[in-house]
Amino acid sequence: MLKKLSLIVVLFLSFTGVSFSAAKEGHTHDVDFSFEGPFGTYDQMQLQRGLQVYTEVCSACHGLKYVPLRTISDEGGPGLPVNQMKAYVANFPLNDESANINLFDPVADEYRALKPSDNFPKNNAAGAPDLSLMAKGRAGFHGPYGSGINQLFKGIGGPEYIASLLTGYTGKEKEEAGVTLYANTAYPGGWIGMAPPIYGDDVTYADGHSTSIHHIAEDVSAFLMWTAEPKMNARKHTGFLAVFFLIVLSGLLYLTNKRVWASVKHK
Amino acid sequence: MAGIPHDHYEPKTPGEKWLNNRLPIVGFMYDTLTFPTPKNLNWMWIWGIVLTFCLVLQIITGIVLVMHYTPHVDLAFASIEHIMRNVNGGHMIRYIHTNGASLFFIAVYAHIFRGLYYGSYKPPREITWIIGMLIYLLMMGTAFMGYILPWGQMSFWGATVITGLFGAIPGIGEPIQTILLGGPSVDNATLNRFFSLHYLLPFIIAGLVIVHIWAFHTTGNNNPTGVEVRRTSKAEAQKDTLPFWPYFVMKDLFALSVIMVIFWAIVGFMPNYLGHPDNYMEANPLVTPAHIVPEWYFLPYYAILRAFTSEVWIVQFAGFLTGGIIDAKLFGVLAMFGAIGVLFAVPWLDSSSVRSGRYRPMFKWWFGLLVFDFFALMWLGAMPAEEPYATFSLIASSYWFAYFLLILPILGLIEKPSTQPETIEEDFNSHYPVKDTPTEPVTNVIK
Amino acid sequence: MSHTDETEGTRRDFIYYATAGAGAVTAGAAIWPLVNQMNPTADVQALSSIEVSISDLEPGTQITVKWLGKPVFIRRRTQTEINEARKVEIDDLPDSDARNNNIGTADATDKNRSLDESGEWLVMMGVCTHLGCVPLGDGAGDFGGWFCPCHGSHYDTAGRIRKGPAPENLPVPVSKFLDNNTIKLG
Repeated sequence: MLKKLSLIVVLFLSFTGVSFSAAKEGHTHDVDFSFEGPFGTYDQMQLQRGLQVYTEVCSACHGLKYVPLRTISDEGGPGLPVNQMKAYVANFPLNDESANINLFDPVADEYRALKPSDNFPKNNAAGAPDLSLMAKGRAGFHGPYGSGINQLFKGIGGPEYIASLLTGYTGKEKEEAGVTLYANTAYPGGWIGMAPPIYGDDVTYADGHSTSIHHIAEDVSAFLMWTAEPKMNARKHTGFLAVFFLIVLSGLLYLTNKRVWASVKHK
Repeated sequence: MAGIPHDHYEPKTPGEKWLNNRLPIVGFMYDTLTFPTPKNLNWMWIWGIVLTFCLVLQIITGIVLVMHYTPHVDLAFASIEHIMRNVNGGHMIRYIHTNGASLFFIAVYAHIFRGLYYGSYKPPREITWIIGMLIYLLMMGTAFMGYILPWGQMSFWGATVITGLFGAIPGIGEPIQTILLGGPSVDNATLNRFFSLHYLLPFIIAGLVIVHIWAFHTTGNNNPTGVEVRRTSKAEAQKDTLPFWPYFVMKDLFALSVIMVIFWAIVGFMPNYLGHPDNYMEANPLVTPAHIVPEWYFLPYYAILRAFTSEVWIVQFAGFLTGGIIDAKLFGVLAMFGAIGVLFAVPWLDSSSVRSGRYRPMFKWWFGLLVFDFFALMWLGAMPAEEPYATFSLIASSYWFAYFLLILPILGLIEKPSTQPETIEEDFNSHYPVKDTPTEPVTNVIK
Repeated sequence: MSHTDETEGTRRDFIYYATAGAGAVTAGAAIWPLVNQMNPTADVQALSSIEVSISDLEPGTQITVKWLGKPVFIRRRTQTEINEARKVEIDDLPDSDARNNNIGTADATDKNRSLDESGEWLVMMGVCTHLGCVPLGDGAGDFGGWFCPCHGSHYDTAGRIRKGPAPENLPVPVSKFLDNNTIKLG
């Protein structure tokens, strides 16, 4: 029986040296976001900076169709004061009219203005994916060897993937079937259809925060984590209260159980 | 119930007598709650209450989610985001439901492996075991259909792969697949009928759970020694058992509370860890994800399904024997269902006259290997279908079948068991030594 | 049994009460969110107050907007309509209450019904107070205001019931001018 076990072990080990062919996975570098870990929360100012980056750079091609505009003044998010939120909504451009037919007013024969109760407009003009859930729709960390350990300690890595992608352009380009592709170290396969959207100093922050390419990338990645998971602060808070209370309850139940069994176990 | 002699409910007040003459429900609940339970049950016996809790949790959170969900291909994904963003507490309820499904399966696997180790499937408990296997099948069906409802990429493509398996059945396969899908591919018709069935199946499970409890109350619970409760007299039975309330209700509640600490830590701090990011992308029938993977609880079966490719000699042999009817796809499907089928058949495959694995020294090693094999298959199910994983999957799948079809039948004939205790009381006292003179048997100590 | 049973009486009970209490708190904490999720969701609450642009409204015309699922009439009245409304004696009205949620209980004078001092703007729920149909406007009915075709209620130029089965004047919802071009409802 032991022989069978050792045979299996030998077979197992003999295969570990073999490299396998898979699609070339990109590399995601780790970022220490403020919202990581059980006690992590969003950095409100970072979310505001990220909102600015999205508005000034990304919204030209990318929609945020699941995010209601009014939520940028919600608690736990960018937290813009209500009057600023209304001004923001009034000024937000409709970059892809054909994707937002629901905003068309046939009586006035024009697209109506956005209201806070609307969601951010859809944008399919450049074939760019919607970003509402991108930070939860991508995994930056894998394995090792399918064990799930990296994700346990570093998180799924969605926003890290986005930040790595934005800063991962090498500068090389190639043409394939009439399409220009750009080399990117984070993107699976190594070649992405999106041209580098940021180079550093693409926006000017009102609070004077650094506008290096890394900071801009991290700010917009944090913002996109919020668009994907606006309730994260509330969820972790609830989780903390629940775990704490359940530990107390477990303690009480332990003592109750001990008391109930005492006469039987210590006759 | 029948089998173990014990005190039954006696209605005392006129009110109780009035009700009891018309519907003996109070007596029924009293007898169920105070059922004589072996006093030596260990912590592997708590999973029943965890499973019952999970069923109730999933039904309640599910009914709440349905208040806000729209089962149409154009609106389903958006309605889930509506739940996550707009519904008061919706994000928590959704995460509880998705992680509740995982807890449900962790508990059912612990419960099943407990049964496999301690011989809970052996006579007279075969019916309890079969009903349990039926519940397990319905759980898998419910989970599979539930996963399609968010209409993400994995929802769509996982459903496409698995419903496609039905097409592998010779002859009637295609019509079966079409009637399952309601069309040529996974689409709105599929989504709506899966929604209906996802709502229905848990209630069938609830009914089967009641029959499951009825069955093991008829035979009496198994226990870690595999030695039966003495039934010659009430006094003897009371030496081996304790009433379920309060002893095991409190023990189970304590265990459930500890599990809830872990569950809420996961829901609160890492609710997407067990999921797949691709399901946060809307379903696109024109774009296939790089790796289609089911949820973790299906991975062992997925590994077995994919292990049998056309290069494998046994597949080629089967093809030769059946004149080409059995090909690699059909073989994989048969193997996958067969892996569950051997579980159904285990009461009749195990030849040992010793019930509990505790007293079967050779069995312990093979069983340990089975547990390792289960985890290996789970890991392999998530790996791409390439070497070296393909060969590992074959070895792991082969062991699964070998355990049930070869090892269990042979082991009982050649194994020399170690000494079992005479009674449950003896086993219990060996852990909790009797200090002074024994007193009268313990009944309901706490009022 | 041992002697400690009696002295342990109160100690034994405490742990049970404490655990039962904690269990009750857990049950309550579990039930509350399950009930609260049925309360109006954030997107519904966001529409509990809306802003209506009235920049294009000519005198003598009306727009109808949907608010909280019901129609709201916003009419820019002509001087004739205003004068007619102001000539009416309170005693002639079947319902003497202004039904204006911005000022509470008050007489149904025209000044207490209109949104501004000049009387030019009238904002009212477009739901007949009889059985809920939507009255027709633009001078309909015997009193030059609104007429409900379902059971024949007549409202005057200030939206007050004058004839027919409706018991109350058309209610004025919580509303105000945000600026010259915008009215906020709710």
